[in-house]
Amino acid sequence: MTTAPGLGGRISDRLWRSPGLVVFLLLTPPALWLGVIYLGSLFALLAQSFFSIDEFSGMVNREFTLKTYAELFTPTNLDIILRTVVMATLVTIASAIIAFPIAYYAARYAKGRWKAVFYLGIMLPLWSSYLVKVYSWKLILAKEGIISWFFEVLHLTWLLDAFLAIPVIGGNSLSVSPTGTFIVFVYVWLPFMILPIQAALERVPTSMIEASGDLGAAPGQTFRHVLLPLALPGVIAGSIFTFSLTLGDYIIPQIVGTSARFIGLAVYQYQGTAGNIPLAAAFAVVPIVIMGFYLWWAKRRGAFDAL
Amino acid sequence: MTVAVSFSGVTRHFGTVRAVDGVDLDIAEGEFFAMLGPSGSGKTTCLRLIAGFEQPTGGDIRLFGQSVRDVPPYRRAVNTVFQDYALFPHLNVLDNVAYGLMIAGKGKTERYRESEAALDLVALPGYGGRKPSELSGGQRQRVALARALVNKPRVLLLDEPLGALDLKLREQMQEELKSLQRQLCITFVFVTHDQGEALSMADRVAVFNQGRIVQVGSPEDIYYRPEVPFVADFVGSSNILPPILTGLSALAAIRPEALRLTDTGTPATVTAVNFLGAATRVALDANGSRMTALLPKGAVRPTVGASVKVSWDAADLHQMKGGA
Repeated sequence: MTTAPGLGGRISDRLWRSPGLVVFLLLTPPALWLGVIYLGSLFALLAQSFFSIDEFSGMVNREFTLKTYAELFTPTNLDIILRTVVMATLVTIASAIIAFPIAYYAARYAKGRWKAVFYLGIMLPLWSSYLVKVYSWKLILAKEGIISWFFEVLHLTWLLDAFLAIPVIGGNSLSVSPTGTFIVFVYVWLPFMILPIQAALERVPTSMIEASGDLGAAPGQTFRHVLLPLALPGVIAGSIFTFSLTLGDYIIPQIVGTSARFIGLAVYQYQGTAGNIPLAAAFAVVPIVIMGFYLWWAKRRGAFDAL
Repeated sequence: MTVAVSFSGVTRHFGTVRAVDGVDLDIAEGEFFAMLGPSGSGKTTCLRLIAGFEQPTGGDIRLFGQSVRDVPPYRRAVNTVFQDYALFPHLNVLDNVAYGLMIAGKGKTERYRESEAALDLVALPGYGGRKPSELSGGQRQRVALARALVNKPRVLLLDEPLGALDLKLREQMQEELKSLQRQLCITFVFVTHDQGEALSMADRVAVFNQGRIVQVGSPEDIYYRPEVPFVADFVGSSNILPPILTGLSALAAIRPEALRLTDTGTPATVTAVNFLGAATRVALDANGSRMTALLPKGAVRPTVGASVKVSWDAADLHQMKGGA
């Protein structure tokens, strides 16, 4: 026998009878968020990039033109793009090299409490303010900072000076050199590389490594032929983070490094002080295009097959 | 006789756990040798010690007379068929089989030719282009076998290779493994917890319990002449009779089929009767000693609770080591 349900009960019954409605209710907020807020602003940005700015009045001319994109290819702007891409590439490679052993240790050897220590160690820096970390690094890398002091104690100041004298990567001190920017980028994005690699390595059973050794492969060969191919999806997932985050960041190069501009900084300046929204938009499209190509390449390499 | 694998006083401790606790063992070349025991008895650790994935805490292991102390797995002339097969998911079947030859530096044409031959051997011709994920469990098992055999190991180690297969496939693979071993004359060391598998396939069986070998012998020895109650109990369900029933000085084992229900003999109570088709299994309680009799078809079937008399031929009794 049944009793008449209350309002809550009637809602439950209605939802129970139509699972489609449940899915609709669950998916609508994220779909609105993604569709309207994210894609909407992306298309607004894209549209802006096809406008141009009137050089005399400084007003945006709302007519379709590729003139703004052509401006990206002036030597100054090309220089910014090239610098950013090279930096992002180097940061990604360095992060992968540093992250792999850490991730490998965590996936293969860390058990119980050490696993917790690992996660805490990786995540802890992510919980503190990004600006605090970057400013701390400015102090660490400064002329009076701990690194200079350390070289001094070891009587190796000449080595640091010699390094800083190298034209493209050097500077007056580490904190105003491209090397400094690079170090801070690697530090800040490293967790985003470690975690995906660790997740990928975690899925490789120990017997797979043992089988490779059993079939005659020395550890180096096992790494090359088994471990690396199986961890590649993780490395690529991590590199998507480090690469795109470096491409878009505009704070680190302002605080640590030379005055040379990066894409993020150019976007920030063109849309702010310069009021050149179309050029800022065109600049913002550059990382999107680069990431598009990168993802296409990664997909062809089978990086997403394991998803 | 050449000794292929030799353990002398081998121990392997994990912290306070004595996984392998003083094992002495000689496995002859060309032998099909089974390591039988319940899980945690140390049989798999022994296999891993031979492969080199574990290092002994004490004692010495020799392969063909050479001590393998500090010899890494990749320098040992043994290959393993893993319990989970451990096929490389990013390589196709042919490249999986050819892996060992690729590492050994063989040219592409040569290693693919040999790998195709190995796939023929395990009855998977033409499967080289598939990915391991596209194969059934039985087929993966064969690929793992081919991948090990293509390297022409002097000893093949098999870690519960049939455990994940269904009954019919398992019986078929037992036959095939046995004939492969005869054909190739390679020493097989086979780890299993299935006594039927060990007895039907192996030339000799070592029964493990708590890190030690409790008995080594032919399947007939293990089955009919268990030396300790553990073997009698674990390998098939032998009855263990106390001296008071047999008049012997120690515990004795007797197979269920050797017990008869007769007019004279030891009084017992029937506690259960199970019809098995070809025979009837009768559980008995003789003044506190439990035993099982297997009555042939046509014998009079008792009812539960009936008082009966059990007898046996003294020749069927096998006296075990040690006191009661």
